[in-house]
Amino acid sequence: MAKRTKGSKRIAGRGERVAVVKTFKMFVGGAFVRSESGHTLPCTDASGAHVANVARASRKDLRDAVGAARGALGGWSKRSAFNRGQIAFRIAEMLEDRRSMVEARLVDVVGLDPDDAAAEVSSAVDRAFWYAGWCDKFAQVLGGVNPVASPYFDFTLPEPVGVVFAAPSRRSPLVGLVTAIACAIAAGNTCIVVVEPKHALVAVDFAEVLATSDVPGGVVNVLTGHRDELVPHVGSHYGIDGVAWYGAADAAFATLERLAADSVKRVHRLDDRGAASWRREHGKSLAWLERHVEWKTAWHPIGT
Amino acid sequence: MRYELPPIPTVDQVAAEARARSFTTRSIKTTAKRAVLKTIVEMIDLTTLEGADTPGKVRRLCRKAITPWPGHADVPPVAAVCVYPTMVEVARDALRGSSVRVAAVATAFPSGQSFLDVRLDEVRRTVDAGADEIDMVINRGAFLAGDYARVFDEIAATKEACGAAHLKVILETGELGPLDQVRRASHVAMDAGADFIKTSTGKLPSAATMPIVLVMLEAIRDHYRATGRAIGMKPAGGIRTAKQAWHYLVMVKETLGDEWLTADRFRIGASSLLNDVLMQWARLDSGHYQAPNYFSED
Amino acid sequence: MDPETAAETAEAGHANGRATPSRESVRQLLFGDRWDYAPAPESTAHVRWAKRYGHFIDGAFVDGTDHFASINPATEEVVARFATADRKVVNRAVAAARRAYEKRWQPLSGAERGTFLYRIGRIIQERARELAILESIDNGKPIRESRDVDVPLVAAHFLYYAGWADKLDCAFPGAKVRSLGVAGQVIPWNFPLLMAAWKIAPALAAGNTVVLKPAETSPLTAMRLAEIFDEAGLPPGVVNIVNGAGDTGAMLVAHKDVDKVAFTGSTEVGKSIQRALAGSGKRLTLELGGKGANIVFDDAPIDQAVEGIVSGIFFNQGHVCCAGSRLLVQESIVDTVIEKLLDRIATLRVGDPLDKNTDVGAIHSRVQLDKIEELVQSGVDEGARMHRPACRLPDRGFFFAPTVFTDVAQSHRIAQEEIFGPVLSVLTFRTPEEAIAKANNTPYGLSAGIWSDKGSKLFKIAGALKAGVVWGNTYNQFDPASPFGGYRESGFGREGGLHGLLPYLEVR
Repeated sequence: MAKRTKGSKRIAGRGERVAVVKTFKMFVGGAFVRSESGHTLPCTDASGAHVANVARASRKDLRDAVGAARGALGGWSKRSAFNRGQIAFRIAEMLEDRRSMVEARLVDVVGLDPDDAAAEVSSAVDRAFWYAGWCDKFAQVLGGVNPVASPYFDFTLPEPVGVVFAAPSRRSPLVGLVTAIACAIAAGNTCIVVVEPKHALVAVDFAEVLATSDVPGGVVNVLTGHRDELVPHVGSHYGIDGVAWYGAADAAFATLERLAADSVKRVHRLDDRGAASWRREHGKSLAWLERHVEWKTAWHPIGT
Repeated sequence: MRYELPPIPTVDQVAAEARARSFTTRSIKTTAKRAVLKTIVEMIDLTTLEGADTPGKVRRLCRKAITPWPGHADVPPVAAVCVYPTMVEVARDALRGSSVRVAAVATAFPSGQSFLDVRLDEVRRTVDAGADEIDMVINRGAFLAGDYARVFDEIAATKEACGAAHLKVILETGELGPLDQVRRASHVAMDAGADFIKTSTGKLPSAATMPIVLVMLEAIRDHYRATGRAIGMKPAGGIRTAKQAWHYLVMVKETLGDEWLTADRFRIGASSLLNDVLMQWARLDSGHYQAPNYFSED
Repeated sequence: MDPETAAETAEAGHANGRATPSRESVRQLLFGDRWDYAPAPESTAHVRWAKRYGHFIDGAFVDGTDHFASINPATEEVVARFATADRKVVNRAVAAARRAYEKRWQPLSGAERGTFLYRIGRIIQERARELAILESIDNGKPIRESRDVDVPLVAAHFLYYAGWADKLDCAFPGAKVRSLGVAGQVIPWNFPLLMAAWKIAPALAAGNTVVLKPAETSPLTAMRLAEIFDEAGLPPGVVNIVNGAGDTGAMLVAHKDVDKVAFTGSTEVGKSIQRALAGSGKRLTLELGGKGANIVFDDAPIDQAVEGIVSGIFFNQGHVCCAGSRLLVQESIVDTVIEKLLDRIATLRVGDPLDKNTDVGAIHSRVQLDKIEELVQSGVDEGARMHRPACRLPDRGFFFAPTVFTDVAQSHRIAQEEIFGPVLSVLTFRTPEEAIAKANNTPYGLSAGIWSDKGSKLFKIAGALKAGVVWGNTYNQFDPASPFGGYRESGFGREGGLHGLLPYLEVR
């Protein structure tokens, strides 16, 4: 498959068609949008050649994404777990169906060899499928009835934390991204991810998968830009309930945690690993989904 | 117009039981205990309701009612002696000149399973024989069948048959089921003209319990707030010790207030309670714990 | 209680505080004049405590410096003096906990660790009365509560987690678990023993060791707990207790060799701890403030709801993070509920915490009393209507009469801020949607109550409330098997139950 990105040397070739190139936009509230700031970041391939410009998410882009995520939260969290699962499975379906596009991007832009790219996509599909299955099961496994010593029916159930912001793996181009999104939305949250230029084109491709997967607008929002740039805004935004930061650098994460204290956000720092590790088991854990839940305990008397 | 049950709040069993239990942790000491013991004696309906009752047994009980503890003038007489209709004349004669009132169970006690005209006739004859107070049983069959109007009408007719005598309405809560039913029955009885509502006949294994009485007291409170009529309460059966009795008084005090702490508004139907109260009294007087064989059975 | 003393109301013409304008005085209930319960003080004859305490480090009671006084809030007398742990003392305690973690506690089997917890639970049961008395003396809570609620729950908590210590592998199927190391725990003054139990028991069961800092105004029973650890033969250093105020707590949580921090207290301090720990990599759980909504629908079991309202706000003088401090009543029944509520609070007995008949004890401290008084004044100033029963408060000590505000608007400070005292704000709603919106209209999210006889409505509302604990047709129930903790600014992490192990384990 020919590269279709700007900067591709082949498009200037003799006798070849001059391709219409794609603008890589962010995915917010179910729509593909440019940055409100008008700024972009250059995206290069593994050899360092410029292939595209991606939006450089600003404070206001984050604000819009939080607004979209918050707006979608009520509807998403109140859907039946079965229905959420159906939509989550559909993500896996659509990714499988569009795998050639994504594989090509992984080869052309990220620089994976074709076998690695195929493995990356397969693993991402499997990961999406794995978390999709949890949608209508995790509550039974994580929650339960508490045997209290008084005549009450007492149970504890997981509920979504709310709006989750995730800065996904910098080392795993697709599996890390899919994991970050899937474990958040399977638990009933809506989410915002910010993907850095290195993997941004793959992320936008995946956003197109989401856009055609029956995922309601606003449930997943994909920003592109520098995650450390967004730290002050993520930390101080009261509309974000949980943060998952994969492979955080010390300084940026400390700032984030400090700011998050103002609204007692749940901030999780998660291991990043090499792409191969992600493809195998890393991030495939109920404990990761569990980071994005709140526990609600309810009591009721038992009597006549 | 047929009687219709008014809207009545439901009762949560677990919370009602917890609240009832909380009264039992109240501590009553020294001067307060003395006052409480005296009040308990004044509230007792000293009861004998046996097939084997004889005039002699009833007369002995009446003597005990008037002078619960011979030689101790500070111990007051009990509120009433409660007997079967055939024993009313005996009791009336034995209690003449005292403050102790004659109470009688009527209306085909304890089941109430007889014809209404027979039951009403029994009430009229019992009053004629000298009963100051009539303890009737409600028609549990009609109540459980949902025929509240019939229950209401029968109580109202009984009230009319009582004339000047006071009417205590026995709900026989042990046959009604959940506390919601106790509350409903309490309202039917009060609406129909009961002067007192009473828990039980004493003929069932499950008699007065604190949660049941609490619910009845709360019904009385609502009735009072709504109508201004102060209805009395009589737990019966199962109250054998002074400690149990004062737990009930604490509950009355904190549910309906101190104006219900008189024999006009609160009675305890009991037979063995009196001697336990006297034992406690003697303990307060002497400082020594007592044994039952120091107190006469009747 | 003295019926001659007119109760306070903000409005004239309702002299006994129980009246509503439409009711005739003949229908008023009269509480208190016929006979009263004589004083029934719990005997303190068998209970001894020291005049001065240092710290409990590495299995020994050690001296300290810079002593401060803990005050009996009912008498304003000094209970005892406690040392202030400085950096050196905190270092020693953390070092002892680290040594104990590596050398004594980790090498034990889960079953052995569980046996120690079990021993502790049993000794607490054996010495229950003594603990209850000390708790009431140092904290001001009524002996009824320390005896019947706090101490039994403390014992139960140790006994419950004793059984987890040897089952950690089964707790989270499919996952590998590992203890974290040294836990630094800072607890508040409102339930000194219970909070110590909530912190220590799961930490030890999960295999960690502990440095605990009790609140500086209620440290007495933690020192008694230390004696119990000693009596149970708990290996030295497994639990260390350092006394002191906020500075000591700050040193403890920021200590570089502390792996896990658990804090219960105000949201303000919780945020400062979260801030202080930023970037440290320490695990953190916070159990912070609340402004619990207690929602009463028109189909509620009303008399029991009134009990729930009372226990929701007057339990422990309202010094409860999950107190039902905002009463939301459906407008159609508000008069009835208020009437019953005012009748009920007229029977509350305020006074000597050691009297067995006291329902509402002493406000824990002068500082807290001042804060309550200030907020109550704001309620009056902002136009809410205040109701109080006729009760005579003791001449000395810190006391505050149970207080109910009606005509409260959502914007009033008394409807927004955590008062942490026996003060209830009554608001009304018309529809379930409005009730949900009002209940959730707060940055907090710890607890809520719902009163309705309709099951489907209960489930609907319970699901919609942003609260970690929802009590349906009950309030303020606690159990070691039941996870407790908040949403939003009420903190994160759970205490109690299986979920209470999570903060003390690494689960992979």
